[in-house]
Amino acid sequence: MSNDPREGATLWTVPGPVQSIQRGAAILRLLARSSGRLGVGEIATSLGLPRGTAHGLLRTLQLVGFVEQDDATGKYQLGAALLHLGTSYLDVNELRSRAINWADALAARSCESVKIGTVLDGQVLVVHHVFRPDDSLQTLDVGSLLPMHATALGKVLLAFDSGASATLGAGPLDAFTRRTIVEPRALARALAAIREVGWAAQVEEMTVGEAAVAAPIRGHGGLVVGAMGITGAVERICDAKGQPNTALVTFVRDAARAVSRDLGASRW
Amino acid sequence: MVMRYVMSIDQGTTSTRCIVFDQRGRLVSVTQREHRQHFPRPGWVEHDAMEIWRNLERIAPEALRQAGVGLEEIAAIGIANQRETTLLWDRRTGLPLRRAVVWQDTRTNALVDELAARPEAAMVQKRCGLPLATYFSAPRIRWLFDATPGLRERAERGEVLFGTMESWLIWNLTGGPDGGLHLTDVTNASRTLLMDLATLEWDADLLDFFGVPRAMLPQIRPSTETYGVASRVLPGVRIGAALGDQQAALFGQTCFAPGEAKCTYGTGSFLMLNTGTEPVRSSHGLLTTVGYQVGAEPAVYALEGPIAVTGALVQWFRDGLGLINSAAEIETLAKTVDDNGGCYIVPAFAGLFAPHWRSEARGVIVGLTSYITKGHLARAVLEATAWQTREVVDAMNADSGLALRTLKVDGGMTADNLLMQYIADVLDVPVVRPMVAETVSLGAAYAAGLAVGYWPDLEGLRRNWHRAAQWLPVMEPERRAAEYDNWCRAVERSFDWMRPRD
Repeated sequence: MSNDPREGATLWTVPGPVQSIQRGAAILRLLARSSGRLGVGEIATSLGLPRGTAHGLLRTLQLVGFVEQDDATGKYQLGAALLHLGTSYLDVNELRSRAINWADALAARSCESVKIGTVLDGQVLVVHHVFRPDDSLQTLDVGSLLPMHATALGKVLLAFDSGASATLGAGPLDAFTRRTIVEPRALARALAAIREVGWAAQVEEMTVGEAAVAAPIRGHGGLVVGAMGITGAVERICDAKGQPNTALVTFVRDAARAVSRDLGASRW
Repeated sequence: MVMRYVMSIDQGTTSTRCIVFDQRGRLVSVTQREHRQHFPRPGWVEHDAMEIWRNLERIAPEALRQAGVGLEEIAAIGIANQRETTLLWDRRTGLPLRRAVVWQDTRTNALVDELAARPEAAMVQKRCGLPLATYFSAPRIRWLFDATPGLRERAERGEVLFGTMESWLIWNLTGGPDGGLHLTDVTNASRTLLMDLATLEWDADLLDFFGVPRAMLPQIRPSTETYGVASRVLPGVRIGAALGDQQAALFGQTCFAPGEAKCTYGTGSFLMLNTGTEPVRSSHGLLTTVGYQVGAEPAVYALEGPIAVTGALVQWFRDGLGLINSAAEIETLAKTVDDNGGCYIVPAFAGLFAPHWRSEARGVIVGLTSYITKGHLARAVLEATAWQTREVVDAMNADSGLALRTLKVDGGMTADNLLMQYIADVLDVPVVRPMVAETVSLGAAYAAGLAVGYWPDLEGLRRNWHRAAQWLPVMEPERRAAEYDNWCRAVERSFDWMRPRD
């Protein structure tokens, strides 16, 4: 990922330790060590923090799922998300249920079919599908697997998840049409460009006559948890020059941002 | 200024929502505010009607602001509401006499038993289409009279008004004590036990039976009609429709032809079948109710099958058992196994509603062996919703003589693919989800837009309906029959659990 200009920039300014992260880590250690649940007062006293500071830290940890608060007593314990760290960040069915209204709205606005995908074993798993709103015969694609490098959804996931791109390997990639990107270095350049603009397109790279646009769905802290996009006939998705229609790109990006906001990503 | 939008108000059980829709039936803005649930005693559920009114005062202008829309651009307001929730208020001061008694409230249990023992009780279902049950409004009015000395006399003098939530909101929107219009629509009136289903008027015998004075009742009007113009909150905007929430969902799903049905999957689920302009009397445990009435046209009737516990079973699995963190994760857990492993859950938490109506039944889990894992239980939870739907559909087919050909679905549980596929499998018909999931609000907006000519006719509304997803049946007939047989045997085991207290 050496093409990412931001990666180089961080090397030049190494910041010192961040106090609130240190304190957050101390709270997690304290909760892990204790046998029962702890109140905000106990935590503040144990760590020598003002009560308000401890409360703010706990609220943030609760927001990201690292701690949980008991409804009845108001006391805290380690959250379930911490136990599954690295395995299932966001349940795919949870993602669908949180995204469903926005996906419907995107289909209605764009008049195209909408799909949401996540990474599964180096492929795109379709977790949600909304039909193109023209009442033509269409079949539900939920559960199907798509190649990462030849789809807009897959390229978004590759661009923002370095773990996923590692699974592709160094050799040439499968060609589905003559426009499929098969050269790993060409793909790396394409992914860098996607990171730059924040969305991906696919024009006849998977199926002749078909094009797609997709954008990332982010969770807490900006972590990409999925991709959302539209697919349709190339003459509807692209303009005369073969570039994706800017209005459609805006619809896709707005919808993905709306889902991200619902999932707790603040900046997007 | 061109009238470009319609606003819906959905006064629901847990919250009130305002949605602005455009002419193609697309959402422009949404605002929502929850209200408090009061549980003063076991079995009692109450809402503060003033809190609900204040919530509306706040969210309605907010919905306009969010959409960047002026009052003069709103063609009409349509109201959908939680049904059967009973409120009495003072005509002069405009204040509720006490908190509203919510549809889930079972305080009238003993009263209903007492009323049912009277010889005239048989007349009730014939006249109004509903069984005598705590679910409906009339026994609540009677209970309030019995509990409050002097209240009946005040009601007879016209000092006290009765209404369900749409009546309360319309009365307040049109001025409250200062000239407010006191009316209800046929769908809400059909849930009181006080309306004659054939004449669509309050029935003198039913009023006598429950001891409800006519002076306190709102005027019954069609579901879509310009009732009046709001003078408060949304001043100058026409009020064009009111429907009970399930009827609004039927309308929003554009089930305008006899034989078309929808099921709304939430905490409980409500299946409703359009039966056309003649009421179909159920002999299989369904409710006969008014679906909607467009202006001066004949009313369209519906058969309804309410299922008490569907999404609530998933909530119990999450909150009561703690086996999942969010409702959506039930699908993930269920997919860890290929079938139910022989395990069935009948969620008769507070008895069974349609088509059994067994208040003494309680929940059972049957078929437990050491082989069963939480994955099998998760499957059994989802399958319970599908089989309960099947029971109601079978009852509807038997009552109406129409075989259901497609089921239109909406509500939060439609995000669960495994469940939707299983419903298609057990019903052996396609299950379709529309593009706009907010069918209750959309139905209220459609009805209001129709009243003021914003939409020309029912066909115009149909063209707005688009399929967002469809699940086709794939289950082998033998397996379907065997599973259904198991389910029916499980249901039998839930019967006769509670014993009458001595």
